[in-house]
Amino acid sequence: MSDIASKVKAIIVDKLGVDESEVTTEASFTNDLGADSLDTVELIMEFEKEFDLAIPDDQAEKISTVGEAIAHIEANKK
Amino acid sequence: MEFKRVVITGLGTVNPLGNSVQEYWEGLKNGVSGAARITRMNVDLHKTQFACELKDFDPTLYVEKKEVRKNDPYALYAYAAAQQAIEDSGLDLEVLDKDRAGVIWGAGIGGLQTFYEDVKAYNIERPKFNPYFIPKMIANIAGGLLSIRYGFRGPNFTTVSACASASHAMIDAFNYIRMGKADLFITGGSEAAINEAGLAGFNSMRAISTRNDDPATASRPFDKDRDGFVMGEGSGALIFEEYEHAKARGAKIYAEFVGGGMSADAYHMTAPDPEGKGAALVMKWALEDAGIKPEDIDYINVHGTSTPLGDIAEPKAIQACFGDHAYKLSISSTKSMTGHLLGAAGAIEAIASILAMQHGIIPPTINHFTDDPEIDPKLDFTFNEAKEREVNYALSNTFGFGGHNASVILKKY
Repeated sequence: MSDIASKVKAIIVDKLGVDESEVTTEASFTNDLGADSLDTVELIMEFEKEFDLAIPDDQAEKISTVGEAIAHIEANKK
Repeated sequence: MEFKRVVITGLGTVNPLGNSVQEYWEGLKNGVSGAARITRMNVDLHKTQFACELKDFDPTLYVEKKEVRKNDPYALYAYAAAQQAIEDSGLDLEVLDKDRAGVIWGAGIGGLQTFYEDVKAYNIERPKFNPYFIPKMIANIAGGLLSIRYGFRGPNFTTVSACASASHAMIDAFNYIRMGKADLFITGGSEAAINEAGLAGFNSMRAISTRNDDPATASRPFDKDRDGFVMGEGSGALIFEEYEHAKARGAKIYAEFVGGGMSADAYHMTAPDPEGKGAALVMKWALEDAGIKPEDIDYINVHGTSTPLGDIAEPKAIQACFGDHAYKLSISSTKSMTGHLLGAAGAIEAIASILAMQHGIIPPTINHFTDDPEIDPKLDFTFNEAKEREVNYALSNTFGFGGHNASVILKKY
């Protein structure tokens, strides 16, 4: 697992209070990990802070799974 | 319109004397102080370094672990007290008509800790706030959360009148039930202001005691050397229920809620009217609302916060309202033990009054060392030790910054 992937997963475990084993690449924040709309916004903000990047709303709306988050961060990190 | 009767069928609390009604009563009757040096944060540079904190409060007894961080402490305390009160009431939530069950909750400030932390974390380079900032912080969220937990779709709102908040909440709950608008309420209040902002904010107002060398004796209402109130935190919850509704389900009844008074000082932002005119008026309205005479009251749980001005005005108000009967009253300030729970004070003090009636014991005003020559020594403040006395009617006073006054009257059942 890449450094980015493991950090992303750690943030999700911490914020959503889920078990690490549930945080698979395919897992959807809302459908599989119990996040509501506020949780999803909070996750995006945490990713921005952790990786020092800005994720515009129109792109943030397209990030709904763990894998999509990792891919977005890997493609946009400074 | 004929008013319906309102009884209290469930109690719950987390407060500086304990995390249950039972522990609370043990502390009250034994004259225990809940004050100590603050443990949750570094207070070395603060003017006041102590408070009445909750001890060993475990929020996971009341909410799932992952939900804890999504709630301000003031809401967690509300969950705790409400859950205890609902369990104590023996209500069958499966059969309850939830369209006629509501929540009227009091909070003086609300999510102060959330406000402080999230504003502090604000970064001008990245102008965003956490999405939970607003919903955790707003003073009405505790009542909303309780309605979600219990499915109560009846009236739901929050009263905000500083230290009178919970009393206003109870009076509103009483009024809606007696008018026939609802069968049942979770009412009371919660507060969690012991943090950097609360402590330093009250310090700047010179409202709180700075007796850092002896926290346990700092809350000394009516003592000559009192120097301000001691901050407390926690929650009190009461189940208010229409009498016939309670009887029909064979509920245990603690007491009857028979009247409430409300008034304003119309005097100053934070200082009480030195003659206690608003305070005398609020007790008069409460007696009138209950349809009883001053002589009927046996016990007054006073606001008595241990501030230099307030503790002189309130006895004057009692004498103005009760005349010679003032000398026959048992009076006590349980804030000498719990500290001042601000918006939750009215709730835990109504519970103290109910427990006093139930046990026939007046909890004391602890920490009395020296009489204040400005306070009539013939008044009985139940100094230092609890006293046995049958109580048929108890009155509980709360007065808030802004000059908001609320008094409630409870009758033994």
